[in-house]
This record gives sequence, C-alpha cells and structure tokens, in this order.
Amino acid sequence: MKRLGNQTIKLDTPVSILNTACIVGPKESEGPMAQYFDKCLEDEFWGEETWEKAESKIIKETVNTLFSKSGLSSKQIDYCFAGDLLNQCISSSFGLRETNIPFFGVFGACSTFAESMCLGSLFAASGAATNILCATSSHFCSAEKQFRFPLELGNQRPPSSQWTVTGAAASILSCNGQGPFITHITPGKIVDLGITDANNMGAAMAPAFVDTLITHFQDTGRTPDYYDAIISGDLGYIGKDIATDLAKNKGVNIQKNYYDCGVLMFDKETQDTHSGGSGCACFGSIFSGYFFKQLQESKLKKILCIATGALMNATSSQQGESIPGIAHALSIEK
Amino acid sequence: MQNINTQKEYSDYVDKKTPNSPILKNCFNAFWVGGFICSIGQIIFDYCEYLGLDSTSSLTIVSISLIGLSALLTALNIFNKIGKFAGAGSLVPITGFANSIVAPAMEYKSEGYVMGVGAKMFTVAGPVLVYGISSSILVGIISKLFIA
Repeated sequence: MKRLGNQTIKLDTPVSILNTACIVGPKESEGPMAQYFDKCLEDEFWGEETWEKAESKIIKETVNTLFSKSGLSSKQIDYCFAGDLLNQCISSSFGLRETNIPFFGVFGACSTFAESMCLGSLFAASGAATNILCATSSHFCSAEKQFRFPLELGNQRPPSSQWTVTGAAASILSCNGQGPFITHITPGKIVDLGITDANNMGAAMAPAFVDTLITHFQDTGRTPDYYDAIISGDLGYIGKDIATDLAKNKGVNIQKNYYDCGVLMFDKETQDTHSGGSGCACFGSIFSGYFFKQLQESKLKKILCIATGALMNATSSQQGESIPGIAHALSIEK
Repeated sequence: MQNINTQKEYSDYVDKKTPNSPILKNCFNAFWVGGFICSIGQIIFDYCEYLGLDSTSSLTIVSISLIGLSALLTALNIFNKIGKFAGAGSLVPITGFANSIVAPAMEYKSEGYVMGVGAKMFTVAGPVLVYGISSSILVGIISKLFIA
C-alpha cells in the first residue's frame, strides 16, 4: 500500500470484488433499473411487523443472497463492515447478528457502502483478512419516521427533496479473485458550505463530492478521461447539476461520463420522486446491481465511484445547524 | 458561473439552481379543496339546523364529523394523498388537525400504546395546541381587562 498525494491510497495488491447482491423495495422495482436487482419486494413490510424489522430482514436476506451467489459461507468471511441510517445502525447490527462474523459498524450516512468498501479493501490488502463482507441498507419508511414526518401526514414535498431508496446491498472483497479490482481509494473530508435545508441534500453534499473528485485527480495525476464512468452516490438532479458546475469551475470537466445513482434509480416523471433517489441503498444497489455487472461484462473497464453522505440528524436540523457533507472515492478497474 | 468562495455565494448560487414549488398551482388546489371541505361542513351544519338542532350543537356535530372523516381517511392511507395534492387546503381546516394526530399515532404504534401512541401522538399537533391555547388565554385576559 502506498499513499499518493494528500488523501489517496494506492493498493499495491489490488483487492478483488468477488461478487455483489442487492434487494430493493416496491417503488424501486417499478423504476428503470428494476431488471438489474437480485430481488424486488412487493411490499415494504416483507412480512415483518415494523419498518425497522423489515429493513433488518432486507439486509440479512441480501447477505444470504450474496453467499449463495458467491458460493461462500459466513465461516469463510473474516470481517464484516456494515452500516445504515437508523440510530446506532440497528438495521445492520440486528440484521447481521446471526452471521457470526467479526463486525465493524460504519456510519457515513449515504456514503456508508463506499466507506465500508474503502476500509474493507485496506483490511484485505494489508493481509489481515482474505474475505471481507461489506453491507448497507436504507428504508424509505423508517428513514421518513426518523428524519421527517409520519408517513400518513398529508404534507407536500418540495421539488428539491429526494426519495430514500428502500433496499440493501452487499459485496465480498477478497485477496483472491479475478476482479474487478479496487485499485485506489480516496477517503473524503467533511465539507460544509452552510446549506441548512434538509430538503436539499444534493446541494449540501455536492461540494464534498467535488472536493474528493478534485483531490483524487490531483493525487493520482489522472483526468476524467481516464475513467469510463464517474459515479456519484445520491446527489440527485439538482446536486448533479451543481456538482458538474462546481467541478467545471475548478477546471475539471466531467460532463461526458458522469452518472448519479440518485438520478438513475427512479423515473422522475412517472414516479414522483422529485430530485431523485437517496439513502445508503441508492449507491449500494445501483453499484451492486448495475455497475458491477457492467464491469463483469467488460462493458465498463475503469470506474470512479464517489458515494456521498449528509452527516446530520433530526436534532441538528431542528437546532438550525448546517448539513456537513462527505464523499469517499473508490477507483475500480476490470 | 462565477467563482464561489463564501457560504453566502454558494447559498445564492444554490437558490438559483433549485426550482421553486409551483406556487400558483398549489394555491389554486389549496383554494378549491379547502373551499370544498368547508362546504361539506356547511352542508352538515345546515342539515343539523334543518333537523331542529340549535347552532351550538350543530357546530359541534360539524367538527366531530370532519374530524372523524379525516381520521378515517388517514387510516385508509387516503388523506396523505389529498394533503399532497391540496397542501394548506386540507391542512388548515380541522381535517388537517385530525390528520396530524392520527398520523403519528399510527406511525408510533410499533413502540407500544404508552411510549408510542400515547407519547408521540401530539408530536405534530402539540405546538398547535400549546400556542393555540396560550394565545386564547392571552386574548381572553385582554378582552376581560379592556373590553368587558
């Protein structure tokens, strides 16, 4: 392992992503990406009594799906990195408590999946572990309950609001494998440009995305053309637009090959999702379902994933605090 | 796009980039739905008077009926759709108040009847009650001192 520039780490022995899995909720199943997910749920409870239990079940079943897809069992996994949006990351710890894998709870808001994969890849590259499990989940109903209003309340959502993705994603990183490989990671800094509107997460997180993006290029000496796709987590339509502008302003033009998972997840016109998708499972499921398969099929060869997160909670919003953003980058090559 | 160096410049830029809510459309829908709900109330009121009830009893029946109807529609997952369409049109009449109590009661049922339903029922309507009752007391005192 080698440090490049200020923040980037180059993995001398690239870590392979063995396989991924994802399960999504009913609204996501009606979206344009439905065909790429492993399982689409018909209702948000999935036979459970509460949304929190449903979310735990989704992450648990996603990990089980991943085990059967990859032919591995939990005994062959050395460590697990997982997190979600619910207080104290209960979806992950409750959902994965029966796996018997040494567990690290990770919180990076919606960037959690990328953060877990950053940490997991370092563990694997250092020789401390052979196989690492990374997982994350989010649920529209449990997130609304914790961060906003009760679901049955008859209020209106502003055009800048985003729709929390119901679902979970998981991946296995390994020292042994045929790729795609994680070659570089660029952990991001906390960036806060003073946005206080909890209904405009894209604008709050876009500066963090751009900061990590520019730093990654400075550290590695690469340009946007090096990658087939640059992927942000859940900036949504407004955040994507702002991020493109901010990057251009700093002399980096990403317009040509830039995608946002929040934009890809839903059909804005027919699904009434305003500025797009958000939540841990937004980047998680689009990466696991779509981009990973594109890499496997060699339709894409080099991608830069930068998942974004808004590091706030309901109390900080009520106290008028601004929303700090974070973004972690993974350079993945076939 | 100009250079962004301060939080103020970023905030101004974000304001420019963020689309506004469709105010005219929202106002129009709020106007007619709000008017429609009030008309239902008036019809119930007139019918009660037609049946020979005095106006105080008729008003009480109007409130009870609208609250009951709103609670029922909330439970049936219909009121949130009306609220999304009509905004203040369904929020400002007594129907919105009923919805704001029933919605958290349903949401927090999973935390039990005491710490869930009982404790969280007024999380949305609580401020309305506190400031509504406080200001009525204040107005009452002023009216007693200076008018009566």
